[in-house]
Amino acid sequence: MSGWRAQTRAELKMTLRRGDSVLLTLGIPVGLLVFFSLVDVLPKPAGVSDAVTFLAPGILALAVMSTALVSLGIATGFERQYGVLKRLGSTPLGRPGLLAAKTAAIIMLEVIQAAVLVGAAVALGWHPHGNPLLAAAAGLLATIGFAGLGLLMAGTLRAEFTLAAANGLYLVLLLLGGMVFPLDKLPGPLRAVSRALPAAALSDALHGTLVVAVHVPTRAWIVLVIWAVVAPVAAAVTFRWE
Amino acid sequence: MPGPAIEVRDLVVRYGKTIAVNRISFDARAGQVTALLGPNGAGKTSTIETLEGYRRPTVGTVRVLGLDPIKDHRALTKRIGVMLQRGGVYPAMSPREAVRLFASYYDESDEPEGVLYRVGLTSVATTPWRRLSGGEQQRLSLALALVGRPWVAFLDEPTAGVDPQGRLAIREVINDLRSAGSCVLLTTHEMSEAERLADRIIILDYGCIVADGTTSELMTKEGGKGIRFGAPAGLDTLGLGAALGATVDEEWPGEYLVHAEAKPANIAALTAWLAEKDLALADLRAGRERLEDVFLRLTGHPGAGNGAVAAGLPDDEVRVDATSGRRRRRVSEGGRGPGATEPSTLEQGEDA
Repeated sequence: MSGWRAQTRAELKMTLRRGDSVLLTLGIPVGLLVFFSLVDVLPKPAGVSDAVTFLAPGILALAVMSTALVSLGIATGFERQYGVLKRLGSTPLGRPGLLAAKTAAIIMLEVIQAAVLVGAAVALGWHPHGNPLLAAAAGLLATIGFAGLGLLMAGTLRAEFTLAAANGLYLVLLLLGGMVFPLDKLPGPLRAVSRALPAAALSDALHGTLVVAVHVPTRAWIVLVIWAVVAPVAAAVTFRWE
Repeated sequence: MPGPAIEVRDLVVRYGKTIAVNRISFDARAGQVTALLGPNGAGKTSTIETLEGYRRPTVGTVRVLGLDPIKDHRALTKRIGVMLQRGGVYPAMSPREAVRLFASYYDESDEPEGVLYRVGLTSVATTPWRRLSGGEQQRLSLALALVGRPWVAFLDEPTAGVDPQGRLAIREVINDLRSAGSCVLLTTHEMSEAERLADRIIILDYGCIVADGTTSELMTKEGGKGIRFGAPAGLDTLGLGAALGATVDEEWPGEYLVHAEAKPANIAALTAWLAEKDLALADLRAGRERLEDVFLRLTGHPGAGNGAVAAGLPDDEVRVDATSGRRRRRVSEGGRGPGATEPSTLEQGEDA
């Protein structure tokens, strides 16, 4: 087996073996989806009758964020601290191979998440509409941006700080990301801030592409593209391998 | 292969104002084990990490297999094996998974199960790295360095924190690498390990090479004159000196140097004097110093090695002052024959 394929498998296996990462990438998204679909307490945007119709795209956005930002950031931070990244730098796999393997592992994990979450949402009565390809494109852009943010923390902070910061950011972006309740419930200034963040842009884009009769605001695409460029560049410039 | 496997020319490594390596030059050949020996902070790791391509020389050039470790890094990674001073493995990964994964990086690799067996990790092959003992972690790190059949193996403190059985396994693996024609460059701050492992020893201190040669060359060439012996501390050195017609110094408590030629008559007189007083002789060396003594004299301070391992402390936290460091070693060597430096019966058996 070629090096980077073996590395991809190993990355995926290590992620699925970490209890905290499974909880974060699958447990919490599925739990939120099921709970708030059945217990109808959250506000819904105008024109949406079922809770699950609003929640499903938002929770998909949360899943992307949990994998590309939190899980990747924490794992990479500890790998840096344990000298794993340094050691791999002197193997034929090298840094490009490692980066390729991590990318592939993230995308595979997101596919698993999407399968589980869409399955659960359909079971809860969701009827997906719209354009899945456009949704996938938004997901990919957001993945690049989130991964950049995760690696920015992993490459500059101590692993323990990355752990704390990534989890903190997860909570903030969950609340400001339009994932479990609509953005228009937020007070004006806060809503303006959240619109500039990648989390809200992704959930806007997924709501727009997966729910009928809604359009993706151009602003959401612009925000996603900017984060997808700025965050990885910042990570690449500041990353310290050891 | 023509030429040396490793060439270091006028290497200087500087971090800000600190000079870690101060203009050193040496070669290392294939089929040989070369040890960089020195106290903590002598520049051993900086040297080896420059050869591995992790650091850029501030001044000077290094070549590994004729290649530049930074410019030709990709090509070189296929031919070198690296053991870092610590870490380097996913904490949740088992030895079997790690060795298989690393084997997949190389075009030609050794069979993973065979590698696990050679380093003695078969019985813990499925235990996650973080639950392995320090010695097992070191041996896994060694396994990962050799699974790709390296032409050049860089081993940074391969036996630090490893128990005697583990050290034995590591020595065998290093001997196998040498027999297979690899060039092995290792670092250590323990004299006894350098003596056991290496064909050639380069002693570093404050970033400079202070001695370079085979173990026997160092002990003879650097050895100096006189008769050295160990006996109970506080002997009457004046009385002994009068009996021998020479000056006698107690260099350390219980460690004596007689400034007389090491000829049989003088040694007979020394042992006769001890016999008369019924004093035990711990060891006796004529004409050559133990490597440890050479090391101490050249670096002017004791390597903290044995103390560090005993206390389980990482390198940079070790501070042993000359007297206490010395005493500690004396205690552990008490009553042993010449040349014995570790108090384990297992290692005595190995020497026999």
